[in-house]
Amino acid sequence: MDLALVLFKRECALVLRKPGDALSAVFFFVLCTTLFALSINPEPQLLRALGPGALWVCALLASLMVVGELFESDWRDGTLEQLLLSPLPLPATVATKALARWLGSALPLVLVSPLLGLQFELSGSALLLLPFTLALGTLALVFVGSIGAALTLGLRSGSMLLSLLLLPLYIPVLIFGALAVAGAQNGSGFEAELSILAALCLLSVFFAPFASAACLELACE
Amino acid sequence: MKINWFYFSSPPRFYALAGRLSPLFFALALLLATLGLYLGFFVAPTDFQQGEGYRIIFVHVPVSWMSMFIYLVIAFWSAMALVMKTRISMVMAQALVPTGALFTFLSLWTGALWGKPMWGAWWVWDARLTSELILLFLYLALMALRAAIDDERRADRACALFALVGVVNVPVIYFSVKWWNTLHQGASVSLTRAPSMASTMLAGMLVMALAAWAYTIATSLKRARTLLLEREGDSEWARRQLAGDAR
Amino acid sequence: MFETLDLGCCKGRRTLFSGLGFSLAAGEVLHLSGSNGCGKTSLLRQIAGFAPLQSGQLRWQGQTVDARSLSWRARLAWCTHQPALKDELSVGENIRTSLRLAGVEADDEAIQAALAQWQVAAQWPLAARLLSQGQRRRLALATLSLLSRPLWLLDEPFNALDDAACRQLWQAIHQHAAAGGRVLFTHHAAVAGVRVLALEDFA
Repeated sequence: MDLALVLFKRECALVLRKPGDALSAVFFFVLCTTLFALSINPEPQLLRALGPGALWVCALLASLMVVGELFESDWRDGTLEQLLLSPLPLPATVATKALARWLGSALPLVLVSPLLGLQFELSGSALLLLPFTLALGTLALVFVGSIGAALTLGLRSGSMLLSLLLLPLYIPVLIFGALAVAGAQNGSGFEAELSILAALCLLSVFFAPFASAACLELACE
Repeated sequence: MKINWFYFSSPPRFYALAGRLSPLFFALALLLATLGLYLGFFVAPTDFQQGEGYRIIFVHVPVSWMSMFIYLVIAFWSAMALVMKTRISMVMAQALVPTGALFTFLSLWTGALWGKPMWGAWWVWDARLTSELILLFLYLALMALRAAIDDERRADRACALFALVGVVNVPVIYFSVKWWNTLHQGASVSLTRAPSMASTMLAGMLVMALAAWAYTIATSLKRARTLLLEREGDSEWARRQLAGDAR
Repeated sequence: MFETLDLGCCKGRRTLFSGLGFSLAAGEVLHLSGSNGCGKTSLLRQIAGFAPLQSGQLRWQGQTVDARSLSWRARLAWCTHQPALKDELSVGENIRTSLRLAGVEADDEAIQAALAQWQVAAQWPLAARLLSQGQRRRLALATLSLLSRPLWLLDEPFNALDDAACRQLWQAIHQHAAAGGRVLFTHHAAVAGVRVLALEDFA
């Protein structure tokens, strides 16, 4: 636990020293949603109907960016090998890094999302719900994504491959996240979708680190 | 008597066995497909609702079943490869992927051909169709992952891990797509639940399903043989085999 | 006693070495020699448990060890040309964190003293990105002595080091051996006065 804390502090320090890297995902998210709004007819009716889905797709693509660099720098400078020799079990290492990365890159995205929701004229309850679903969803996406990041570590065209591997696995989170927001938007209820999203999030936070650890060991051979 | 489960996990023995079985299964597949298509196209009665167009299900349904089943088989061999570390398991998992992708593609294609006259659209966001499309993405991802990794051992194990992660996700994906679909479209059009299926229809479909099985076994064994030779190219038995082929 | 029995390595279709075995008593230093591409690094990586053993086994005090277990890895210090330094952090932060992640509680004076031996103590407050290649190597090697792990695995440790640093490394190796540690290092050139294991003998 102590060691996990040390690692966590280092990861946070790295994010804070280079905030630009961490925040690029947020800029991407903001730009992407704006482009979405620009590409369609800005009729309130249409914007409201497309809003939840558009916001979610952009958040999903942004978290793909978050995940891409998860192990890359550690792998390049030899830190990963030293982490393998640390008494901290590898799944805990992965979980700590993913959590720190989520805090550094995905949480800002979650925080700005209500503002972007305004662009799509979402209703009050949908605006409130959007950050919650995004928080749960991006946490699940980052943890599941760590598997893909470990699998493609050090490969040619790794980022292309990463999206090919991860997008099919991201579909459930996308569906339930967008449905929950849409449910709040048209008042048809969102509790069921939100609970399933929370369940997906818990499952991936619990199980994904073990799979990523196995993939990381493989990448370090 | 003690059964040696690993008897055929030795590459030369497996190579010989696959060499003997694969032509047999090819013949079987040909025979069954001819019989199944005959039953489907000539014997089975015309559907009173869908006319003659429905006959594509004799291809569509068996390939769809097979496409999903092959993914499960790949996951099984991947698990075996990771746990038992037998090389044949990995070769089998690798050999099945192209056939699986082919069947998934065929399933989507025939589905579209069937959908146009029935629903008036080439593509409907039906839960089953969508899941099938995602399955195709998973197959393509498996192939891309293997192509991207040079080291054979790492490629094997990475693909095995990804196949297992995928197989855990497939039910979740199916469930979520179904949930999404029922919310958006109400009851979806049922693909296979024909009101009352004539027994000849059922027979035709089952025979075609068996033909798909035989074809899958035959091609995967054939491919596994080639992969084995490629991997074990410098071992004694493979050299002898290659020399024999050249003669 | 640390022993390896019947280790082997194949890359693709080529066998790099096979039937390799050696033993290393406490206080012994072993030089793995061989030309480029003969499997020196692969052997070290197998012993470190990064790459799986393709054959044979590792034994520690007579017991077979699982090279991928945490208990085995806790005995190893590993040093390659990658110094595992984070550019964004200062030298002090880097060393302190990597020691703590390795499970070592060292106070700053001890660390500074070790760095002073390697003539990099003055760099303590600097960001790691300002260091030269040689200074990075010196830092990585300075951390080795602080780790207090019994088996050192060093991959080409003399690369990019100047004469003074080479002498310092020899001193560190002999100190570690004198304290009952074991050192296994690769080097392309011949070294006087150290037991040699030529990988070509097992090709």
